[in-house]
Amino acid sequence: MTAVEEVPLSAAGNPIGFGSMRRVEDARFVRGQGNYVDDVNLPGMLHSAILRSPHAHARIVSIDASAAEALPGVVAVITGKILEGIPRPSLLGDNFAWMPTLSYDTQAVLATDKVRFQGQEVAYVIAESRYIAKDALELIDVEYEILEPVMDAKRALDAGAPIIRDDKGQTDNSITDVHGNKTWESGNAESTAAAIAAAKADPNCVVVTQEIMYPRVHPAPMETCGSVSYLDKVTGQLTMYTTTQAPHAHRTVYAMVAGLPEQKIRIISPDIGGGFGNKVPVYPGYVLSVIGTIVTGKPVKWMEDRNENLVSTGFARDYHMTASIAATKEGKILAVDVDVLADHGAFNGVAQPTNYPAGFFNIFSGSYDYPDAHCKVTPVYTNKAPGGVAYACSFRITEAAYVIERVVDCLAQELQMDPADLRLKNLLRPEQFPYMSPTGWEYDSGEYEKTMRVAMDIAGYDELRREQAEKRAKGEYMGIGISFFTEGVGAGPRRDMDILGLGMADGIELRVHPTGKAQLRLSVQSQGQGHETTFAQIVAHELGIPPEDIEVLHGDTDNTPFGLGTYGSRSTPVSGAAASVVARKVRDRARIVAAAALECAPDDLDWELGRWYVKGDRERGKTIAEIALLSHSSLELPEGVEGHLDATAVYNPPNLTYPYGCYICVVDVDPGTGQVKIRRFIAVDDCGTRINPMIVEGQVHGGLADGVGMALMELIAFDTDGNNLGGSFMDYLLPTAVECPDWELGETVTPSPHHPIGAKGVGESATVGSPAAVVNAVIDALSPFGVRHADMPLTPANVWRAIQGNAIRVDMAVE
Amino acid sequence: MEVTITINGTPVTSEIEPRTLLVHFVRENAGLRGTHWGCDTSNCGTCVLWVDGSPVKSCTMLAAQADGHEVTTVEGLEQGGVLDPIQQGFMECHGLQCGFCTPGMMMTGRWLLDNNPNPSEAEIRDCISGQICRCTGYKNIVASIQWAAEHPATSEVTA
Amino acid sequence: MQTPAPVDYARATSVADAIALLEKHGEEARLLAGGHSLLPMMKLRLARPEILIDLNDLDELRGIRIEGDEIVVGAMVTHAEILDSPVLAEHYAIFREAEKVIADPIVRNKGTIGGSMCQADPSEDLSAVGSALKGSVVIQGSGGKRTLALREFHEGPYETKVGDAEILTEVRFPIRPGAGSAYEKVERRVGDWPVASVGVFVVVAGGVVTDCGIGLTAVGAEHFCAPDAEAYLIGKAPTEENLAAAAQLAADACTPYADQRGPVDYKLHLACELTLRALRKAAASSQGA
Repeated sequence: MTAVEEVPLSAAGNPIGFGSMRRVEDARFVRGQGNYVDDVNLPGMLHSAILRSPHAHARIVSIDASAAEALPGVVAVITGKILEGIPRPSLLGDNFAWMPTLSYDTQAVLATDKVRFQGQEVAYVIAESRYIAKDALELIDVEYEILEPVMDAKRALDAGAPIIRDDKGQTDNSITDVHGNKTWESGNAESTAAAIAAAKADPNCVVVTQEIMYPRVHPAPMETCGSVSYLDKVTGQLTMYTTTQAPHAHRTVYAMVAGLPEQKIRIISPDIGGGFGNKVPVYPGYVLSVIGTIVTGKPVKWMEDRNENLVSTGFARDYHMTASIAATKEGKILAVDVDVLADHGAFNGVAQPTNYPAGFFNIFSGSYDYPDAHCKVTPVYTNKAPGGVAYACSFRITEAAYVIERVVDCLAQELQMDPADLRLKNLLRPEQFPYMSPTGWEYDSGEYEKTMRVAMDIAGYDELRREQAEKRAKGEYMGIGISFFTEGVGAGPRRDMDILGLGMADGIELRVHPTGKAQLRLSVQSQGQGHETTFAQIVAHELGIPPEDIEVLHGDTDNTPFGLGTYGSRSTPVSGAAASVVARKVRDRARIVAAAALECAPDDLDWELGRWYVKGDRERGKTIAEIALLSHSSLELPEGVEGHLDATAVYNPPNLTYPYGCYICVVDVDPGTGQVKIRRFIAVDDCGTRINPMIVEGQVHGGLADGVGMALMELIAFDTDGNNLGGSFMDYLLPTAVECPDWELGETVTPSPHHPIGAKGVGESATVGSPAAVVNAVIDALSPFGVRHADMPLTPANVWRAIQGNAIRVDMAVE
Repeated sequence: MEVTITINGTPVTSEIEPRTLLVHFVRENAGLRGTHWGCDTSNCGTCVLWVDGSPVKSCTMLAAQADGHEVTTVEGLEQGGVLDPIQQGFMECHGLQCGFCTPGMMMTGRWLLDNNPNPSEAEIRDCISGQICRCTGYKNIVASIQWAAEHPATSEVTA
Repeated sequence: MQTPAPVDYARATSVADAIALLEKHGEEARLLAGGHSLLPMMKLRLARPEILIDLNDLDELRGIRIEGDEIVVGAMVTHAEILDSPVLAEHYAIFREAEKVIADPIVRNKGTIGGSMCQADPSEDLSAVGSALKGSVVIQGSGGKRTLALREFHEGPYETKVGDAEILTEVRFPIRPGAGSAYEKVERRVGDWPVASVGVFVVVAGGVVTDCGIGLTAVGAEHFCAPDAEAYLIGKAPTEENLAAAAQLAADACTPYADQRGPVDYKLHLACELTLRALRKAAASSQGA
């Protein structure tokens, strides 16, 4: 595939192709000239605010907005009752008070009959200023009849539990997916159960069963969600500046939901202050801003507070997992079974391909070679915000990677075997690739042991174990935790992946101008991943045009092609491939033009970076810039060959790509207080070809911080009354520069065999792989106290309680 | 009430409600949108700017308190078309990804270096401990500030 | 971002002027110092004063100085100034140790000792420091000044004895030659409120403890202190056994409640463990170690 060659530098000092280079986008950001949604101000723009429910479950008896409407500066107040009265002229029937979710469920735009989670949208105020809009919220009088809420997912299916979705005529809190199923299974139930039963009966085998929770957390990007919507009544054009990771998908959803003509909808995703999956769903606030502009005829801005972001937008995880792993006493893994109770909140709003109601969770079988695996996922409604798939989860692969790496460590402890040795004994071998996992994933490539040894080498693993033994003898507790993960990213092949019926192939357009400069239009846009730089580098690699001469456009549906957006680490696998494909199309056309100009046959030409030349006569050739001018000139071209030097492509990936990595975390634990200090974190990633190593490393650094956060402090818990206990940054704690160590990175490069440039995605790898490394390290530190498992977040209190043998249940309020 | 706040050397006078927060004054009344906001509880630090040369979380200050005082924002770092070394450092060392926390981080970094020209890594991390980044994992932010410490003269700045 | 309700604003030109403004507006007026307790509460609409009286022009409320056998800290002295003060560091290590773990460097530029004391959060670190050192406050009203011991200052969570038309002007700490002091805090993350914090001073002379103060915050210790534990140590050698017994007495004086920072048993354990650690350090420091 792509060998490590010397990449020439352009006049500006940038690699013409792959390599580290400074980012194009930085020029505006370091000057404070980014253009985020709250920076958008249109003439006559109004502001808005949402009144939200203080109760988790309550009937709405009455709403009196008269005092709010009378406040000077208030333009309109909209309630669910008003929305109910507006029929929706679309395929989806119903009215504007409800909207479809990405999981074929419905979600209230504004509550009508009941409120179903604390923070749910109840009324919408449009006013002349942000301050007046918020003043008006206090003047809306809502009478509630409080109902008993369902806050404990484990009790959601109890007989007699309060019914949350009576609006759908449900008689319990189960969730039925679009295929009509209340559970989702993958793998081989029978052979896995048989293998586990046999292992239990066999004195030479062990079976370890452990309840492992991945609690509710939140992506919490630094920029909250919002939109500025403007419907121009004269032209009929709806323009929305909005925080979206998927502008084209959103455009289609608004067209379908609101019955607006799609060609008249322009979604502009300007600079986005972090997405992490939080900006994939269509939120009621966006819909309300559209309704607001329709009602007022003016641009309407809606920007949520941080509290609103944390309590109402797409949370992540909330999986109660019970994992069983069977193995021989020598440490050969035989089978893994995982049973999952999935807390989806009050509306099923998870975002994932239609055929995968539990996302890609079934990749939980992990990086190991064994024949039998099975999982069953049961989703339930609770009186909490909707969501579940978010926060760099690669469609539930965070949950999968966590459970397998945690239970493997539990197995190591049971066998009294070094966790590194146990993994090395079971890792898939290079000759097994492409590898079909027991649950149906075809891993494309990997040299797992090699990567793990690089990580162990950087860490000085044996020396760390020696140090640990010495410290234990002195009553000091350090821990070493390993996480080896495989994930599948780059959704996905049309044959079985779509979201809401939209296929996940990405379009792309490349134009090479007469003077040889280029413009690349992407369907994926950036929330910090550096696409304006890296995609230019892909085209530079294929065509030899310096990256600084390639402009990358993204985020505006009016001038970019259709695609499903940026999430799930899909930009490089899908649009990156598309960029390569479209550039090669241009290169192929350039060959024909060059041949015409050089009066030879296209087959007489060879390519070197930036130039087609005559075989055997290197001096005779044409550069891409010359060819660009020629293709726009009056040069006679062969029959059937069109002029100019532009191309489009739609890339349908044949498979996902499978980045993987080995992480090692070293912690020191103070058992007297339960405090955990992360001393070191070693991360060796393999994402195939690295387009811009500096950017790849930046992506890994960010994901590793996520792992520290989730392992030690991030949590959205609830009390029995339904109060969200993680509704501000005082309660939902994010890691700072003090908790994060100086990351130690390494790499191996195992290209993807099916990707045009051998690249795999990497944006979420570190978030996927890191929590297990930290948790494994802490549990490893505590093993002299007999601790086998404790759930994240391992706050000082949780650690101390684990040592006492009285671990805290994390998803409910501490008692 | 009428307030006059000197921002990046230019007086800005505006009629405001007393409750107007300084961050909103800077963004809306002065039209300088490089200073951001990201939370409700003074935890995130995306709103950090300088008041009388000292960094402050501008979401937790009234514009009225800054009446008659001097404010410096990210827009004031670049002088005469030349970037401040702190800005250059962030570009050299990939200290930003989405850019939302960046102005605040640079303002704090610049203040740190003005008072402590050669800080240790621990001192840098402690100084930015009141500000959150969700993208970078902080390693490159630290490196960016170290770069600026090692290249203090704007004549060394190349972009 | 959340925004405050409408409010008026006035800048005090002197302490007397501030008092006059307080008298004029009554209980609907609030003093504005650093603003980092009050403004967040106003943004959440938990506080809705009608007028804010800004004290930031009042240099007479600033400064750290020695007056006789006391250190006097002006009410408007910021956390950052306390952290960096060589005067305070010379006498008690506890100030720097506590301030290092209060909030973050940016917030410390604005938050003041007067503001923090008067906010009277049951988890306020400076309350533990002040109680440990058995400090006092000077409160000024139109009738003049009065001095109050910090151990009598609090009436309950968020409530102090400062009257509606009064201003806390100074905090005073006795100077104790030979004292060692220390502060121990457990927090879930840098800048968080404490799960539990303990601050102590110890004077060891002639091989025994002759004076000590134990302050605790976030654990429901009345007046942020543990007098029984202090009394136990007087006249005893600072052995591990005696310090441990005192630490347990300190924990016995606490009534923490469970919250997301931790359950009751853990907080009581911390009260004991942190008191022990702080006493060890302070005693060693007093003995010149």
